[in-house]
Amino acid sequence: MNRFNFFIPAIGFFVLALILWRGLYLDPKELPSMLIDKPMPKFALTTVDGNEISNADLPNSMFLLNVWGSYCLPCLIEHPTLMRLAEEGEIPVVGINYRDKKQLALGWLSDNGNPFAFSILDESGRFGIDLGVYGAPETYLVDADGVIRYRHVSVLDENVWRQDFLPAINKLQAESNTQQ
Amino acid sequence: MRIFHKFSWEFKVCRPIAALLLILSVSVMATLNAQVDAFEFENEEQQKRFRTLSNELRCPMCQNTNLSGSTGGVAEDLRREVHRMIVDGFSDTEIEKFMFDRYGDFIFYRPRLRAETILLWFGPIMFLLIGGYLALGIWRRASLSSVDSTSLDSHQAAQLQKLLRNKH
Repeated sequence: MNRFNFFIPAIGFFVLALILWRGLYLDPKELPSMLIDKPMPKFALTTVDGNEISNADLPNSMFLLNVWGSYCLPCLIEHPTLMRLAEEGEIPVVGINYRDKKQLALGWLSDNGNPFAFSILDESGRFGIDLGVYGAPETYLVDADGVIRYRHVSVLDENVWRQDFLPAINKLQAESNTQQ
Repeated sequence: MRIFHKFSWEFKVCRPIAALLLILSVSVMATLNAQVDAFEFENEEQQKRFRTLSNELRCPMCQNTNLSGSTGGVAEDLRREVHRMIVDGFSDTEIEKFMFDRYGDFIFYRPRLRAETILLWFGPIMFLLIGGYLALGIWRRASLSSVDSTSLDSHQAAQLQKLLRNKH
């Protein structure tokens, strides 16, 4: 018993060190989304092209929901990846033009190219609040039933696509296969 | 004093700059408050509730500021939303639930007592109790052993006297 007591401080130290060590690699900026496994919030807005749009117009398959703005520099960094995904038909990408001006958004799309099936215009940021958005860029993975399954905050580049999105997508597909 | 004298020109230059910075920062804070006060309310009570809520809700983007002190875009939107909900007659609890459903516990500077936050609430007192218990144990053992080590039997006392005598 006395022998064991002798080791208590050392054990305590290692437990604390382990917890703190893990803490070093947690990103405090990455907040968990409250909308995971919840349906997309209801909306009735317009696209940046001026068409009316609501939940019924969303793709019937799995899709990405990308929050972007013409003011947003990291959005330019992830833009080639979104373009590739859309061009190669890997997954449909829907945009949310967040806290931006319509004219600036249209200019940005024609300057850089448009990877989006359509972009929902959210000038006031009100729809963003319903999604729990706190700044562009953010990307949500929405399944065929319109349920949000994954969120990534900040740049979605090829690495993030391979390491985070593909496994999440594969997991979802495996789930839906076992259900059928 | 000499050191002070050597650098006194720095004091002469730095002090006015520091004073200027202080004045600037105070005036920036004043404009921030003005920003909050730009909303119109039906009565004093609503305004007071708005102030309390925007002080206790955290800006999700800027992490360590509350809604009232933040210039971030999302903070601006959330302030507007809090104002709208107050004027529309929502209660504080309803507004807090609205924020929680979208941004989670992070949005509260004072997190609510839930299974996930129990360690946050009671962790410090738990560690204090554990630490206090250990410290008490160590202290008691130390006081016990110190009594033992100072009392010498007659043989040891004689040895000690002999040693001390030899030294001189």
